[in-house]
Amino acid sequence: MRLTVDGQSFDIDADPDMPLLWALRDLIGKTGPKFGCGIAACGACTVHVDGQPVRSCSLPVGQVSGAVTTIEGIGTADRLHPVQQAWLEEQVAQCGYCQAGQIMSAVALLDEVADPSDADIDNAMGGNLCRCGTYPKIRAAIRKAAALKTAGL
Amino acid sequence: MASVGKIARRTFLIGAAAVAGGVAVGYYSYRKPFPNPLETDLGKGEATFNPYVKIGADNTITIVAPRAEMGQGISTTLAVMVAEELDVGLEQVKVEHGPASYAYYNAAILEEGGPFAFFDESMTAQAVRSGLGVVGKFLALQVTGGSASARDGFDKMRQAGAAARHLLIAAAAQKLGVAAADLETANGSIVHKASGKSLTYGAVAAAAAAIAPPAEVRLRDRADWKLLGKPQKRIDMLAKVTGAPIFGIDVRLPDMLYGTVKMSPRFWARPVKADLAKAEKMPGVVKIVPLETNYGHGFGIIAQNTWAAFKAADAIDVQWADPEYPLGSAAISEVLKQALGTKGSVMRNNGDVDTAFADAPRERVIEADYAVPYLAHATMEPMNATARFSDGALDIWCGNQAPTLVRQLCANAVGIGHDKVTVHTTFMGGGFGRRVEMDYALFAALMAKETGGRPVKVTWTREEDMRHDAYRPAAVGKFQARLGDDGMPVAVDMRIASPSMIASTLRRLFPSISPIGPDKSIVDGAYDQPYTIPDYRVSGVAAPVSIPAGAWRSVGSSINGFFHEGFMDEIAAAGKVDPIEMRKKLMAAYPPAVKVVEKVAAMAKWGEALPAGKAKGMAFTLSFGSWVGEIVQVADTPAGIRVEKVWIAADVGTALDPGIIEAQLISGAIYGLSAAMGQQITFADGMVEQSNFHDFDAMRIFQCPVFEVAILENFHKMGGVGEVGTPPAAPALANAIFALTGKRIRTLPLSTTVAFA
Repeated sequence: MRLTVDGQSFDIDADPDMPLLWALRDLIGKTGPKFGCGIAACGACTVHVDGQPVRSCSLPVGQVSGAVTTIEGIGTADRLHPVQQAWLEEQVAQCGYCQAGQIMSAVALLDEVADPSDADIDNAMGGNLCRCGTYPKIRAAIRKAAALKTAGL
Repeated sequence: MASVGKIARRTFLIGAAAVAGGVAVGYYSYRKPFPNPLETDLGKGEATFNPYVKIGADNTITIVAPRAEMGQGISTTLAVMVAEELDVGLEQVKVEHGPASYAYYNAAILEEGGPFAFFDESMTAQAVRSGLGVVGKFLALQVTGGSASARDGFDKMRQAGAAARHLLIAAAAQKLGVAAADLETANGSIVHKASGKSLTYGAVAAAAAAIAPPAEVRLRDRADWKLLGKPQKRIDMLAKVTGAPIFGIDVRLPDMLYGTVKMSPRFWARPVKADLAKAEKMPGVVKIVPLETNYGHGFGIIAQNTWAAFKAADAIDVQWADPEYPLGSAAISEVLKQALGTKGSVMRNNGDVDTAFADAPRERVIEADYAVPYLAHATMEPMNATARFSDGALDIWCGNQAPTLVRQLCANAVGIGHDKVTVHTTFMGGGFGRRVEMDYALFAALMAKETGGRPVKVTWTREEDMRHDAYRPAAVGKFQARLGDDGMPVAVDMRIASPSMIASTLRRLFPSISPIGPDKSIVDGAYDQPYTIPDYRVSGVAAPVSIPAGAWRSVGSSINGFFHEGFMDEIAAAGKVDPIEMRKKLMAAYPPAVKVVEKVAAMAKWGEALPAGKAKGMAFTLSFGSWVGEIVQVADTPAGIRVEKVWIAADVGTALDPGIIEAQLISGAIYGLSAAMGQQITFADGMVEQSNFHDFDAMRIFQCPVFEVAILENFHKMGGVGEVGTPPAAPALANAIFALTGKRIRTLPLSTTVAFA
């Protein structure tokens, strides 16, 4: 089957029931999305399909019809996405394991709501667990990213 | 404070092991430095000065930060210690974890292992501390834990940077034909101001490394610090915001296979009957192998991808033997309660407690029973390791908190010498004590024996991770106090029973060693608190339950912080004394504690009236050398109790990076609040009942309170940071709920009694 990931097309030989996460990680080699729970309860595996955030650990790869974007597709070390830039400036990450998923959820939120309220942030980010407790900095970084995006940076 | 850090050669070698680069001096074997492990693996043109510094001819400066980076920021802070004295910026250096080596032993982690409170500076306590530091070197534990990494590294890593800089200047002086005293350093170069000549560190590194190391080094006075004491940009942040492959689970090797494990859900039990046929025939499955280890018994599934391995693990049909411990949580609690009725080890005994209670009028005595459950670590990154066994040598990649132990146990497991094992320590997606265990590495090493030399990445499911932990043990406590005329406590008697974490750990790691003496972790956080009460006794009993117990962020203090400080709040309420005022009086002999309590009270405006439906609670715990007070404010809402705000004041002695310290204090508090609000591991039929984040959840962003943190530096010894925010969080929350509702909750999690928004 064919899968478009981060703008590149891949031919993979996968059981259609295999979750998208494992197709990305084991078959395609995209390790940015993380395995955390396998039941869509922690958000570490969050990627976008046609711009919508999905939990790739619970989405069978056979059901993916749109273009997949991972953390590796939104920005690079040389050209950070405004959300990544905000994360860097606010020094959000501790262990960092959940952050790819947090950032992907935040990117999707800001694409939909340019200036999110606290309630918007709570709703959009509630499915992303962080065991290090970086939530206060995540909230601050989303606010900063909103400002960066509005300023066109 | 000494303005010149002059260090005698002898002290230098004891304090900083191999900093002198392989020169053995001294009378006792413990003073012999370990060899520099970097010497055997230098790149072309690279020179090494000690186990912490490598400099290439192209001026690439590499600092080895040999502690596990699990989110606490230690790789940044350790690198800053070296960079400060080497006189380079953090952006100029590469930071690596480095190899497994005894040279990287952690002396500080054992120093507080003796039966003395942190503030006890008697001659006996100090002698035992220095003796245990020596034991630390004998055991050569390269381990990250005990909130000890910064304390352990503070002298030796600064000395490493200073010694290297000294040698670089000496080599430059020779090359330029000028006096060393006329040279200065800046940004990785050595400059001769008078002539304007300069050399990079790289240009003289090889020559410098050949010069005999200095007998003494001069460390910068604190007033001259350029990097230390100020918030730094973490060295791992860019990788972590770009999804870089930095974790064990991200390892990818040519020709790699994938795998998972299915271990007995009853600890230590063997399979009685197993049907592997269905699983073996599933697509993508390569091989299923039995696993027999000190961590338990089960099967390793090797496959073409992780998903195929997960599905095959599900399809294995096994009947497991009965467990050796009681089947369910109620029966386990009964064992703990019975243990509580037996005579324990007395770890604190001031005055005469028995007499104080014998003649106490009934109305002056308060009594309470407390209990906390087993807890899983639930790191975000499930347990995993990648191993390759070929040509009689084992390579193992994993996030771990003890590389020399990984090397030793994996070598034994596959039957080769330690020198044939290479440990590649990655960043870890959370540790909290879980990655001190060795199960994930052992399983991968054993499975790598079965793949004909191909590497295998073994990833556990979340369910396997949740059900095979070395859990924070359950505990129960019985507490008694006698109040005086003024409502203040004149006598307290505290008895705590819990399975021994030390005995449990030995069974897994070193089954041939029997535990000696009482397990101090059972009473840590209760016996060692800075309160003066005339008759004050704390004893601990090890309860015989053999469910694996291990180190969980703040260890015994995670239990006793709740017990001790919950009961202190009860005493204050019974005696009609303000909890802040009561603590200030009882702590009067310990000024740093009083200052912490005063600070956190001032921050939270303690004593000012709150609107109806809101209340505050406070708690204080001295743990890992840091004095921490927390106040939690809760609000009654239609959806349940909301944790609104948390104030933290912490005296860490010396604050090396205020930004990282603040993040850790908040992190520790959230970890403690998550557990207090809703976490418990329970047992039925000898198995853990919880399996994933739907039934063992943690705080979410919409529950997260606002934090305000103050970092103090009043005490003269440096304290730890990674764990110290956790112990006061649960009691401060429970005490706030009491203030709000009048309900005194003595059993965690609180969610079994009240609902949270």
